Amino acid sequence: MKRFIGFVKKEFKHILRDYRTLLILFGMPVVQILLFGFAIKNEIKDSKIAILDRSKDYITEEITNKLLSSGYFLLYENLKSEDYIESEFRKGIVKEVIVFEEDFAKNLFGEGKSGIQIIADASDPNYANMLINYTSSIINDYLNTLHTGHNIQILINPEVKMIYNPEIKSVYMFIPGLMAVILLLVSSLMTSISITREKEFGTMEVLLVSPLKPLQIISGKVIPYVFIAFIDALIIIFMAKYVFAMPIEGSIILLILESVLFITTALTLGILISTISSSQQIAMMSALGGLMLPTILLSGYIFPIENMPYVLQLLSNLIPAKWFVIIVKAIMLKGLGFSYIWFETAVLVITNIVLFVISIARFKIRLE
Amino acid sequence: MEDVFVIDVNKLTKKFGAFTAVDSISFKVKKGEIFGFIGANGAGKTTAIKMLCGILIPTSGDAVVSGFDVYKQSEKIKKNIGYMSQKFSLYEDLTVRENIKFYAGIYGLKSGVIKEKTEFILDSLRITEAGNRLIKSLPLGWKQKLAFSIASIHNPKIVFLDEPTGGVDPLTRRQFWKMIQSASENGITLFVTTHYMDEAEYCNRISMMVDGRIAALDSPMNLKEKIKADTMQQVFIKIASQRVILN
Amino acid sequence: MTIKYILQKEFLQIFRSKAMIPIIFLMPLFQLLILANAATYEIKNISFCVVDYDYSNNSREFVSKFYATNYFLLSGYYTSVKEAEEELKTNKSRLIIHIPKDFEKDLLLNKNTKVQFLINAENANAAGLIMNYSMSIVQAFNKQIITETVNYNTSNLQSGIYITYSNWFNNLLNYKTYMVPGILVALVTLIGLFLSGMNIVKEKETGTIEQINVSPIKKYQFIIGKLLPFWIIALIELAFGIILGIIIFNVPLIGNPLLIFLVASVYLLLILGIGLFISTITETQQQAMFIAWFIMIIFLLLGGIFTPVENMPDWAQTIDIFNPIAHFSKMIRMIMLKGSGLRDIGESLMLIGLYAIVMLFLATIRYRKKT
Repeated sequence: MKRFIGFVKKEFKHILRDYRTLLILFGMPVVQILLFGFAIKNEIKDSKIAILDRSKDYITEEITNKLLSSGYFLLYENLKSEDYIESEFRKGIVKEVIVFEEDFAKNLFGEGKSGIQIIADASDPNYANMLINYTSSIINDYLNTLHTGHNIQILINPEVKMIYNPEIKSVYMFIPGLMAVILLLVSSLMTSISITREKEFGTMEVLLVSPLKPLQIISGKVIPYVFIAFIDALIIIFMAKYVFAMPIEGSIILLILESVLFITTALTLGILISTISSSQQIAMMSALGGLMLPTILLSGYIFPIENMPYVLQLLSNLIPAKWFVIIVKAIMLKGLGFSYIWFETAVLVITNIVLFVISIARFKIRLE
Repeated sequence: MEDVFVIDVNKLTKKFGAFTAVDSISFKVKKGEIFGFIGANGAGKTTAIKMLCGILIPTSGDAVVSGFDVYKQSEKIKKNIGYMSQKFSLYEDLTVRENIKFYAGIYGLKSGVIKEKTEFILDSLRITEAGNRLIKSLPLGWKQKLAFSIASIHNPKIVFLDEPTGGVDPLTRRQFWKMIQSASENGITLFVTTHYMDEAEYCNRISMMVDGRIAALDSPMNLKEKIKADTMQQVFIKIASQRVILN
Repeated sequence: MTIKYILQKEFLQIFRSKAMIPIIFLMPLFQLLILANAATYEIKNISFCVVDYDYSNNSREFVSKFYATNYFLLSGYYTSVKEAEEELKTNKSRLIIHIPKDFEKDLLLNKNTKVQFLINAENANAAGLIMNYSMSIVQAFNKQIITETVNYNTSNLQSGIYITYSNWFNNLLNYKTYMVPGILVALVTLIGLFLSGMNIVKEKETGTIEQINVSPIKKYQFIIGKLLPFWIIALIELAFGIILGIIIFNVPLIGNPLLIFLVASVYLLLILGIGLFISTITETQQQAMFIAWFIMIIFLLLGGIFTPVENMPDWAQTIDIFNPIAHFSKMIRMIMLKGSGLRDIGESLMLIGLYAIVMLFLATIRYRKKT
């Protein structure tokens, strides 16, 4: 045991000495959360539009003013003819062109109708969709103010309640996923590389002939990363709560225990990768390609799983992060207890056991 | 034979922060000489050799290698020297032939010459049949001899060998020293560091490094006489433990 | 001619590693296939459940309007909101529609009635979309009721402003055509940055760099020899990716393919320059990889591949001037999807060209044969 503690101390020293990596290990969650919280927005702001006003009367002017004073749009250019629209889009600055027909006000009050054409650069379909929605709802609002005398009846009055995230903050949806990604990065990527490194340098053999048992060697290598991952988890939870006012409705102890469970899953994945890779580069690329990207995409934390093709939906069940994200959301946002997440927890525990058994088996084969 | 000095070192010093790795050493090496640098691990041998090869800038002092100044003309020095480091820096994932070709290539040898040299090296090491094997599959002794051959592939005037025989068996070491001696007979100057005292006997002259300084510099025979010892081992232990400076 | 030997050696080493070839060549293409299918904000098959205290013809019809679209899937009826909330808790439904008693009566009496929509907003994007879909169904239903039941003079209602929409360059709002070029950018960057970032460090770790440093080889020869292989590999990969995108995902290629490769060549010089720079400031592959990953994440998140740069706050857009991914993803999308020409992208291209020169210069300075 004394020998083992000595070994763990040595591993800690290795990591602590490399201050650059350490800085990133702790700086990464902070930077990522800040980016997600403050930079990644799904709300339109100052979008540059062009207007082709063939009428130039007081109504078109009022609509234009409504649009521009909303804060969503900035007028980039007044176009003279339709011929300029395409070349304007090609330059990539203007994303939407609004075309008012000729004699707009005259038609509106004379014939009772007039036309606006909204042309969006749909090379980004999502953004185009948002622009069109924002624009048309502003125009419709304006129309309603024109029609106040008409008393339009609304029969079904929808009352929308956003449950678990009343202000629809997107950072709430990023944080659980971010936790999964960062814990996975620290635990799987770092451990698989640090173990493979010993293999590549031949120092693993030295360790194996030492009186330390293989299990002790592996644990010695991963324990420092458990600590780092754990601290990262705490940093994320802390920032979620105090920077973004994200609630922790459920038990924080349960949250921490589940995080530890996920960390061990990630570690066993890391160990498994290190047993099948012969060089650091291979370990790194397979951890990145085989774990990180699927985790980001198939865990459902950015992109909803139910829209994916069926095969990918099935595949997503194999991603441990998917279960962890469900657990974190259940505890933090929904305030649910263990009885609601026992299944997800069980999946992680079983994954842990299976991976552990495979790793040990592979490790032994290598020894014989 | 008239003495031509190919290495001329004067008060060469290297400090890493507060630590002085090489402390004002001075010596000269003759053309065709086998010059040994003997000392315990950490005595400053590798640091000294790196400065002479032009990959480490000295803190102070002067050194002229093959007529070129280590401060200003390090790229010219590189054309005239060969270097074999402690780790036998061959690419493990390349074959013997591929390694030879690569290193010959970066020294600017013509492709015809490279082919000739490759066959010559494989032939003289008697490993023709292993030409297409990966380096990592070769025994340490072969790697080491190959590394030496590659280090001298461009007919350098001086070859620096940093602990070339670490970890190999006595028989291979003897064969290796035969290669060194025959290179010396061909007029190549060899600058060798080692901590094997029996190898010191093969050198024409040796300098003993203790804590970054040269504690003794002479031929093995003369040193043994001065110290009144039978073997180089005893010479070294006496010098190192008593910190006697002999000159 | 010395460069030739370095190139030869690098290619030999890359192709010798049996595990690396699939990682370099197959993994990115495989990922393109998965990612393009996975990365979509669209949401269909939204399961919802209903608490209907009215249970009348009208309320049933109202509910049927939802599952008649292919956006919503009815998972069941519940007798109380509390029970229905279990569905949200267990993620079986994303939406509860709560219809009050007297729904039909109020409608017939031409009175307002309140229907509650409880949306699981854990995923903020999805919640927003679900709300939009629901609201448009409600609006349509309202109109229908007004015309049918109340027999309101509809011509009056329809007067006003007619808005017509056109979505240029992507009529069907197919999200994949937008994502495929973005994903390609991410993959090419990943390969370029990581392989070049770890390459020289690897030689440092194994000690072979010393052997090269004592040789008379020139710095620029060494660096060109190191970069060219990855430059070529990444370009080939991009070509493969574009072809796959066109064949499998019907991504249009409206602009000039040569222009894409001109942009990509400059871009890759920049990425390799950054990778090389990382290589020169690190001692181990682990460090290099970690720094590369850190930079990559920031570039990716702010690069507009997944979320539009236009929505970001000004400080983030300022940072994006120095974000290679932001420039490249913008340019490749402009060329492929809109047919933009050299004149449209000239400024960005010059910017990354300049940036590439600076990075390569810094990397060359930082790489020292002497210490």
